[in-house]
Amino acid sequence: MAMLETHDLTAFYGDFQALFGITFALEQGETVAIIGANGAGKSTFLKAVAGLLPRPAAAVRFDGRDIGALPAYEIVKLGIALVPEGRRLFSSLSVEENLLVGAYGRRTGGPWDLAAVYRLFPVLRERHHAPSTSLSGGQQQMVAIGRSLMSNPRVLLCDELSLGLAPIVIRDIYAALADIKQRGTAVVLVEQDLVHAMAVADRAYCFQEGRVSLAGRPQDLSRDAIHAAYFGL
Amino acid sequence: MLGWIDTLLQGILLGGLYSLYATGLSVIFGIMRLVNLAHGDLIVLGAFLILAATSAGVPLVVACVVVVPLMFAVGYALQSVLLNRALGRNILPPLLITFGLSIIVQNGLLETFSADTRRLDVGHLQSASLPIGGGIAIGVMPLIGLLAAVAVILLLNALFYRTALGRAFRATSDDVEIAQLMGINNRSIYALTMGISLAVCALAAFFLGTRANFDPSIGPARLLYAFEAVIIGGLGSLWGTLAGGIVVGLAQTIGAHIDPEWQILSGHVAFLIVLVIRPRGLFPRAVD
Repeated sequence: MAMLETHDLTAFYGDFQALFGITFALEQGETVAIIGANGAGKSTFLKAVAGLLPRPAAAVRFDGRDIGALPAYEIVKLGIALVPEGRRLFSSLSVEENLLVGAYGRRTGGPWDLAAVYRLFPVLRERHHAPSTSLSGGQQQMVAIGRSLMSNPRVLLCDELSLGLAPIVIRDIYAALADIKQRGTAVVLVEQDLVHAMAVADRAYCFQEGRVSLAGRPQDLSRDAIHAAYFGL
Repeated sequence: MLGWIDTLLQGILLGGLYSLYATGLSVIFGIMRLVNLAHGDLIVLGAFLILAATSAGVPLVVACVVVVPLMFAVGYALQSVLLNRALGRNILPPLLITFGLSIIVQNGLLETFSADTRRLDVGHLQSASLPIGGGIAIGVMPLIGLLAAVAVILLLNALFYRTALGRAFRATSDDVEIAQLMGINNRSIYALTMGISLAVCALAAFFLGTRANFDPSIGPARLLYAFEAVIIGGLGSLWGTLAGGIVVGLAQTIGAHIDPEWQILSGHVAFLIVLVIRPRGLFPRAVD
């Protein structure tokens, strides 16, 4: 049995249905990439798992327990943390305060605390007093990742980590991701950047118009198959 | 000249009372973006609760110590039972609820306590004053009121800026969706916020009731002074709110010094002047 599973997960924005029965599994310590075009439902999927969108109670299971009825602030306490798209740092809080807020929902021990996050991203220690709005995009992404790690999650959901960042910064972020993975945290990566996502993923799902159009290990997926699943051609 | 110095001092002391009115309003606006139209009436409710306790033989200070946590509980319940149900992108439903609440509280007080004017009796402290030379004296109760306003702001700032719970308050204010991803239950944060606001109202009620007569109808005017103090000070800053209260208090006493009929009007004029010169207030902190 997988650690985190969704079964026939649906999600709506008002009357608009964004997910049509997503079935997904994540094993302990695994890294899974979710790829797909804009509007395929990748971010919606992460939000539904994290509890930010209403979803069927039995559609999401964690450690064999139905968690679909729980609100977002309970989900994070179980060990599932979301790094939101666009960073979304708390603008009136300093860098360190942003990280500390991340520990608010911590219910379990684990490898991550302030010192560990500063070891992962040393530049944040230097800027710990700075207003979070004064950081560069890459540094903000580091704070967003560190903030989510502070809850000591067993699953880290990452939404578009590379969005709007310079290639050299993306390389640093993905290097950090390898460290995070090494500590035993399972990672779900939603990415439009295929190359990076496929390089770190153990498995990948491709979403298309709210459905899974392809799933498998990156090395088993041919370029043409991905292309077809991505664009629906 | 001495008359003017006296007027300025009295204005600052009155401003202390107004900032006590305003602090609770500033807190709920800062964290929930909610304007509580029943704020003034809830202050008057606090005054009547203290009055009811003293009428039952409870010493005034004890009554105050009891009513502050009681009003905290009222605020907590009000938010979790009523206002949290109206949360959403639209700010009108909670606003309308507080408008209705204002009418209910006013009429409930009228029904229970009648329209008679009342006063809280502090005995000899009522008229006690400290001479500071030149024939000018400062009233002890107004001075305690100003010090209480400062103490409340120091306490709230310590809560908001030095504790984990305070970080959760500010995070919720910044981005409520992401705050929930951090394990923060925004509804319980809102309930605590309203509780804190009404606890400060109870303290304000004590100084309102010992300074002047009150009756069930005076709430809306207190709301107006409080609102003006918050806007003059700038949203999101409690020290700004204190400054705003003092501006309104000063304007009123200066107006009254020129002509007693100008007292209330000059407070509102000062508010309009600040709005024209600095639309975001004197010490804005919040971005929106």
